[in-house]
Amino acid sequence: MKILVPVKRVVDYNVKVRVKTDGSGIETAGVKMSMNPFDEIAVEEAVRLKEKGVATEIVAVSMGVAQCAETIRTALAMGADRGILVETDTDLQPLAVAKLLKAIADQEKPQIIILGKQAIDDDMSATGQMLAALLGWSQGTFASKVAVEGESVTVTREVDGGLETVSLTLPAVITTDLRLNEPRYASLPNIMKARKKPIATMKPADLGVDPAPRLTVLKVTEPPKRKAGQKVGSVAELVSKLRTEAKVI
Amino acid sequence: MTSLVLLEFDDSGIKQPSRSAVAAAQALGEVHALVAGANVGAAAEKAAKLPGVAKVLVADNPALDHLLAEPTAALLVAMAPAYSHILAATTAIGKNVLPRVAALLDVQPISDIAAVVDADTFVRPIYAGNGMATVKSSDAKKVITVRAASFDPVAAEGGSAPIEQASVGEMPGLSKFVSAELSKSERPELTAARVVISGGRGMQNGENFKLIDPIADKLGAAVGASRAAVDAGFVPNEYQVGQTGKIVAPDLYVAVGISGAIQHLAGMKDSKVIVAINKDEEAPIFQVADYGLVADLFNALPELAAELERS
Ligand SMILES: Cc1cc2nc3c(=O)[nH]c(=O)nc-3n(C[C@H](O)[C@H](O)[C@H](O)COP(=O)(O)OP(=O)(O)OC[C@H]3O[C@@H](n4cnc5c(N)ncnc54)[C@H](O)[C@@H]3O)c2cc1C
Ligand SMILES: Nc1ncnc2c1ncn2[C@@H]1O[C@H](COP(=O)(O)O)[C@@H](O)[C@H]1O
Repeated sequence: MKILVPVKRVVDYNVKVRVKTDGSGIETAGVKMSMNPFDEIAVEEAVRLKEKGVATEIVAVSMGVAQCAETIRTALAMGADRGILVETDTDLQPLAVAKLLKAIADQEKPQIIILGKQAIDDDMSATGQMLAALLGWSQGTFASKVAVEGESVTVTREVDGGLETVSLTLPAVITTDLRLNEPRYASLPNIMKARKKPIATMKPADLGVDPAPRLTVLKVTEPPKRKAGQKVGSVAELVSKLRTEAKVI
Repeated sequence: MTSLVLLEFDDSGIKQPSRSAVAAAQALGEVHALVAGANVGAAAEKAAKLPGVAKVLVADNPALDHLLAEPTAALLVAMAPAYSHILAATTAIGKNVLPRVAALLDVQPISDIAAVVDADTFVRPIYAGNGMATVKSSDAKKVITVRAASFDPVAAEGGSAPIEQASVGEMPGLSKFVSAELSKSERPELTAARVVISGGRGMQNGENFKLIDPIADKLGAAVGASRAAVDAGFVPNEYQVGQTGKIVAPDLYVAVGISGAIQHLAGMKDSKVIVAINKDEEAPIFQVADYGLVADLFNALPELAAELERS
């Protein structure tokens, strides 16, 4: 079976982001960009399914500016077979991404699509669920375990009170949680090999999708700053301050 | 303009995050509440008591048990024509179901709102809460999840809304519930607790989390953890506080052996009072803590338990 893995290029999770002084957004000029951490987990899971003989081909898809090709190369170095870049300068929101992915899925006919549960830039946590809806497929979100058995896939999900296991009829959409696996580092030979793997480039119009955003960002502000408080010298002082000063216990 | 709020509940009633979602919906106009599931009569009675709810709709159907995404979304889409806004709390269920509803309605969802500006405009955190974005939706209908920590929940009692049956149409059978492994705890839920005590990698192992128990008992606190503590298997996943775990804003948050990574701060920095216990005085957590104690937690926790016991 074929697996599709959408991978997003985001500001690296180690970067301390800053709000632009004019309030128009986040400062991204000159900032280190990486693959969304949840998408690394998605690629890893797909590669493991291929290593187990469940999957036969892995296609990595990224959407956005031309540099998203680098994110696809990372996926190829981890073990994906080929890439698709949907190139656009439009601010892509989950609805547009889901529509573009649906158009690609209609052509590629994968049995499983594995996405990250959340992009760490927009923190929407929506694209996988929306893609499943548009395709009319089942969905297994926030997965911490995935087992393919014949015509179905069993997904253990991280939910508020613990874990929930569901069985999904294939084809299905899965989104990854942190504890699904630990993504591998690409080895140097695999990085070299990835350079020769093909990446097809297309535009949203080629897929018949209008990617215009539905949400307009009016402004971005800094969250209220917490100021560092005081150091206390002992547990007794801490308890006394929590009682008499902060009045929270 | 009428909003529909998908409620979550358990044997003890309507969950607090859902009551926060009702509070957010009240800022938009009339509020109807949906109670969906199998054998949910008692929950519907409780929903009818929520102040500010004008009507409760009940969808009682075995296919809706566990609120699996596919049937629950189908139900909400069928009900959508009567509503301008469809809301749920930003919980595992809300996040699973509402984007599916939005896509079926050709709407871009507005995830995890922290404030309502007007019927089209909302404030939501981005980049782990390092930016607050004010966004305006051009969609005719809004599909919204609500950051519970940002809205004071409505009370559990005080109202008396009429209860009506929602018509349940065709339910897609794409997925099946297999099992749930839910941890049973006498403690309050993380997102509802007035006091939260979280342990990090500094706790060293799961056994050491017992050092937190007597303090949590004394303060009626929920126990949480950093991702590092969960990944290392000290405590189960549902303890995780942070950007990609639970968002909490209690009156008192105590971080023990937690360094204070941005992803952790994202989940707790709106707490009223923050206490940090860490042996490294340079730990970033001290930059957001109201009270910082530089100490070895293996001394500090027993002392804290004893001090609270004493007075
Ligand atoms: C995509 C992504 C999502 C993430 N989401 C989350 C999230 O939701 N929540 C989250 O928490 N993290 C999250 N993280 C991880 C985050 O970046 C940090 O790695 C994590 O929060 C660190 O946990 P920690 O503070 O317990 O561990 P460490 O950073 O290792 O800190 C341990 C602290 O304990 C102190 N300590 C050690 N021994 C003692 C002692 N005896 N007494 C007192 N103090 C002691 C040390 O001084 C240190 O400050 C995420 C990361 C990524 C990439
Ligand atoms: N521009 C994009 N290109 C490729 N994949 C994306 C893109 N945006 C979102 N995704 C996928 O959707 C997941 C969830 O993103 P979000 O719904 O924005 O939080 C990500 O982890 C990716 O797998």
